[in-house]
Amino acid sequence: MISQIQSLGHKALGFFQRLGRGHILIADILKGQPALFLRPSLIIQQLYSVGVLSILIVVVSGFFVGMVMGLQGYNTLVDFGAEESLGVMVALTLVRELGPVVTALLFAGRAGSALTAEIGLMKATEQLSAMEMMAVDPIRRVLAPRFLAGFISMPLLAAMFSAVGVLGGYFVGVGLLGVDEGAYWSQMQASVDLYEDILNGVIKSIVFGFVVTWIAVFEGYDAIPTSEGVSRATTRTVVHSSLAILGLDFILTALMFN
Amino acid sequence: MTTRIAEIWVGLFVAAGIAALFMLAMQVSNLSTYNSDSGYDVTAYFEDISGLKVRSPVTMSGVRIGRVKSISFDKERLSALVTMEIEGEYDTLPDDSSASIYTAGLLGEKYIGLEPGAGSNDCEDITLDDSGEIKIEESTDKDCKPSTLQQGSEIKLTQDSLVLEKLIGQFISKFLDDDKKDTAK
Repeated sequence: MISQIQSLGHKALGFFQRLGRGHILIADILKGQPALFLRPSLIIQQLYSVGVLSILIVVVSGFFVGMVMGLQGYNTLVDFGAEESLGVMVALTLVRELGPVVTALLFAGRAGSALTAEIGLMKATEQLSAMEMMAVDPIRRVLAPRFLAGFISMPLLAAMFSAVGVLGGYFVGVGLLGVDEGAYWSQMQASVDLYEDILNGVIKSIVFGFVVTWIAVFEGYDAIPTSEGVSRATTRTVVHSSLAILGLDFILTALMFN
Repeated sequence: MTTRIAEIWVGLFVAAGIAALFMLAMQVSNLSTYNSDSGYDVTAYFEDISGLKVRSPVTMSGVRIGRVKSISFDKERLSALVTMEIEGEYDTLPDDSSASIYTAGLLGEKYIGLEPGAGSNDCEDITLDDSGEIKIEESTDKDCKPSTLQQGSEIKLTQDSLVLEKLIGQFISKFLDDDKKDTAK
């Protein structure tokens, strides 16, 4: 009985310790950001592996999500004779919700897990310790550029997702199902507000980018330096980021659109 | 060499991301139809504006020429005060135009339709000649302009929003009245 309570307390303390380590790490990473502008090549490299390599999956998913929304929306709206509103439905859903959220989920799976695995493996093979021996701060040299790259990439990827999704909806709605082209765009333009919808969507994607990259970088840096530890950390990155994205999405939506 | 290719790809990536944002802003949102500086404000009082919203379109002959800027309740006149922003290029609307609230489609959104009035202007000299006939002549005064809606002017003639419940209520009460008359006979 006593030992059970003890292990419970141990777990709780461990949880708070990890939480604290995570916040100290993010503070250190943010402190390391200004120094990065002296070495932009570091950021470019990371932008390539985090952002550019994620374009394909994001764009293809965006197109298919847009096409599915076009189909589903058409089938529902046509019952009410309101298929002209298809553009509004597709655009609002993508810009407000699906764009930031699905992109963030894909980003966590594609880029976040790669970041964790890379940093975790660096730790397991003692590259990080070697850097410290050479008086190079691994947080500034390894973590800070990766964090910044993820933070920059996410909003851009989300914007691509939404834009391509709108085109996907256009392709299905106007191209295949025969919704009037003018109505598709004009109703969309009449209902989607630049600040209310698009800017809030961008803010969402920025927040998700921050959180996903933070979790990925922290899990990698905090991984147990064995092959099993790295694999666990990678799994945790995907699970925790997905939960954080969906939970935060609810909070942000409640704050923005009520 | 590899860094060069990476740099080019990153450049393309950022450009594509910004292009996507730009497309969302211009093509998807209402930015292209919205410029707040160049318009002028016109007010109108309505007894009932139910369903009209801020940013609802203001149209004339079916063409959107402005948007509803604000809606408030005037507690002295006990009616709704609607401020519309008309785009600056449409500066020739006669000041006796009338405003009505219409519905686009059966369940669609409400919008304000403006109908041009005759335009009270001072450009015509109206005189009675000797035979008692009314004579209208172009004024010789070249400076005269037909009076138009300007910043801050009020549209006097308004027609309220049609509320379905009210219509049905009127119809039923009329129907009941007819019924009573019939039985009285």
